[in-house]
Amino acid sequence: MEPPTASNPPIQGEAARSLSIAGLKVELIRKGVGRPILFLHPESGIDLTAPVLDLLAENAEVIVPMHPGFGSSEIPSSMSTIDDVAYFYLDFLEALDLRDVIIVGVSLGAWIAAEMAIKSTNRLSHLVLANAVGIKVGDRETRDIADIFALTEQQFSKLAFHDPATGERDLASLSDDALRNIARNREASARFGWNPYMHDPKLRGRLHRIDIPTLFLWGESDQIVKPEYGRTFCSGVPGARFELIEKAGHFPHLEQPDIFAGRVISFINESGQSQLSRRSPILSQELA
Amino acid sequence: MMRVYHMTEQSYSPAWKGDQHLRVSLPNNACDPQTAADLFHRYYDEWLLADDLGLDIMINEHHATATCMSSVAVVPLAILARQTKRARLLVLGYPLGNRIDPLRIAEELATVDVISRGRLEMGFVKGVPYELPVSNLNPVQLMDRFWESHDFIIKALSSHGEPFNWEGEFFHYRHVNVWPRAYQDPHPPVWITTASKNNAKQIAARGYVMATMGTGYASKGTYDAYKQQRREMGEVEPGLDRFAYLGLVAVGSNEAEARRRGEFIAEYPRSSSRVHAPFANPPGFLSVDDNVRLLKAGSGRLGRLVTKDGRVISSSKGSVQDLMDAGMMFCGTPDQVYQQIVDFSNAIGGFGHFLAMMQAGFLSHEETVDSMTLFAKEVLPRLQNYHYTPHEAPAVAAE
Repeated sequence: MEPPTASNPPIQGEAARSLSIAGLKVELIRKGVGRPILFLHPESGIDLTAPVLDLLAENAEVIVPMHPGFGSSEIPSSMSTIDDVAYFYLDFLEALDLRDVIIVGVSLGAWIAAEMAIKSTNRLSHLVLANAVGIKVGDRETRDIADIFALTEQQFSKLAFHDPATGERDLASLSDDALRNIARNREASARFGWNPYMHDPKLRGRLHRIDIPTLFLWGESDQIVKPEYGRTFCSGVPGARFELIEKAGHFPHLEQPDIFAGRVISFINESGQSQLSRRSPILSQELA
Repeated sequence: MMRVYHMTEQSYSPAWKGDQHLRVSLPNNACDPQTAADLFHRYYDEWLLADDLGLDIMINEHHATATCMSSVAVVPLAILARQTKRARLLVLGYPLGNRIDPLRIAEELATVDVISRGRLEMGFVKGVPYELPVSNLNPVQLMDRFWESHDFIIKALSSHGEPFNWEGEFFHYRHVNVWPRAYQDPHPPVWITTASKNNAKQIAARGYVMATMGTGYASKGTYDAYKQQRREMGEVEPGLDRFAYLGLVAVGSNEAEARRRGEFIAEYPRSSSRVHAPFANPPGFLSVDDNVRLLKAGSGRLGRLVTKDGRVISSSKGSVQDLMDAGMMFCGTPDQVYQQIVDFSNAIGGFGHFLAMMQAGFLSHEETVDSMTLFAKEVLPRLQNYHYTPHEAPAVAAE
């Protein structure tokens, strides 16, 4: 097998462009200068003009791809799990030869980030997981994560936002491309998250492998995945820290972009790689 | 030649109250098991009567719903395989993409075919969207699973040599060996339902029976697509027995009686789509293009039918006359019903199988028996001599 390669390396700037990684074309933008932040969007996608991206770009180079199957990114029929997506992004980092990467993921994007980090942190320096889905916490009769596919748009906004008005959108005013993104994002979310519902039963038992500084950010008002779920998730990652963001729900990067970006940047600045051993605690004990 | 199949969804209509959701979310404390048993017995009596009257039989299945108590189609199939004498037993059908074990499906179908001494008609369906939140199988790739399951079942039923191996994208077996083998050789006839031209072509390519279910004059687009595909394969005109249509039927000895029965039956389309909105369109069930159209137009597009004269009606809110005008219901005296079916068949391209929902909604056993008997005695013999005579149809595109 050849190592993954990138064609048409993107020029830094604000314009949306695409990039082929190992034969798969994805939409992405890069903005800002500095250490690389890979921003992994949630199941609802992301507006590439979202203020949080510009705020992060004041201190770093922000790379924002649309996941396979989301936005206008392609998806091969063989790609059906978040595990597949995580391997894709490890190839992505290798193809662009990115090093010391900070991954910031929200919800489904945070799930992807965790699935990457249990496989390899060689090219990573920090993880920021916001309102993450991806693990099973409760017993088999407890639904940890609200069933977003069983909610009307109004019901969803009520659970997902601190201020439900933030989630309101006028579909009639949107372009065909925007509607197409909504439809593709919804389908891709189901492809990866319908069953098992929004989690990988294996992930929780593998979190101990994450050996880089990790911050959990959690919109306090989130009723899709509640803060308690986040604390349990956080307790599985060695040395990870948990912080609430007030007046925000499932998408704190949208409801509190300044606080969100500020917390990410100060976390990167305060914790170097030296704070955590590159080796997992289990392995260290065995070697000792 | 037209065959006619009696169909009922075996509904639990006593639970249809107000405008509450009847699918997925209605707790089964609304179901009294004694009432359910009485209803089942009555529906089986009607199918046994169909066998006596010279009608064929159609069975379906749905899940977690008061609109259809038949949640496991093999149960009525098994009962009727033994209890009936002559009727063809059409199951339309098995929701292949919604089942995790196609080997079990092949075994069920082969067994029913043997017990009925070769009277099984084997129908496969995509199924309705409301089933997926219940089965929890992914709506994305539903049709990919459907076709792999189909390929497997056909091979399992028609293989009579050494056990075979199957390691596909979705299903894995190492020793496939169906006992008993099917009665019909190489396997029971295959039927598939569709409402789209693309699927119609795939069904045509395999030469299967294509069924359209209550889709009215829009069916013509799928019929044309089927015929076009067969022409491309060198067949001049496929036989009428490759086409089937399902409609609601109410016959009376006079028009007033028929209309009254039609009102009871129309409660079926009125109740059938009562479901919490997100369950009616799970992600991946419809194409991205279809979803863009729905996002623009609103969900009012679902359940839309166009009448012969181009009027748009709603299948869930339309009057009996609306449903008749749209080719969804056939209602009247035997003479009128005969003429309505023939005219409709000629308009959409001609079908040789008419799937008649003669029991639905609140139609009582006595009225169902009377309607069925009138149909079998006065309409069926004439339909058995039906010849397709194309005539002008309204230009309605299949969706």
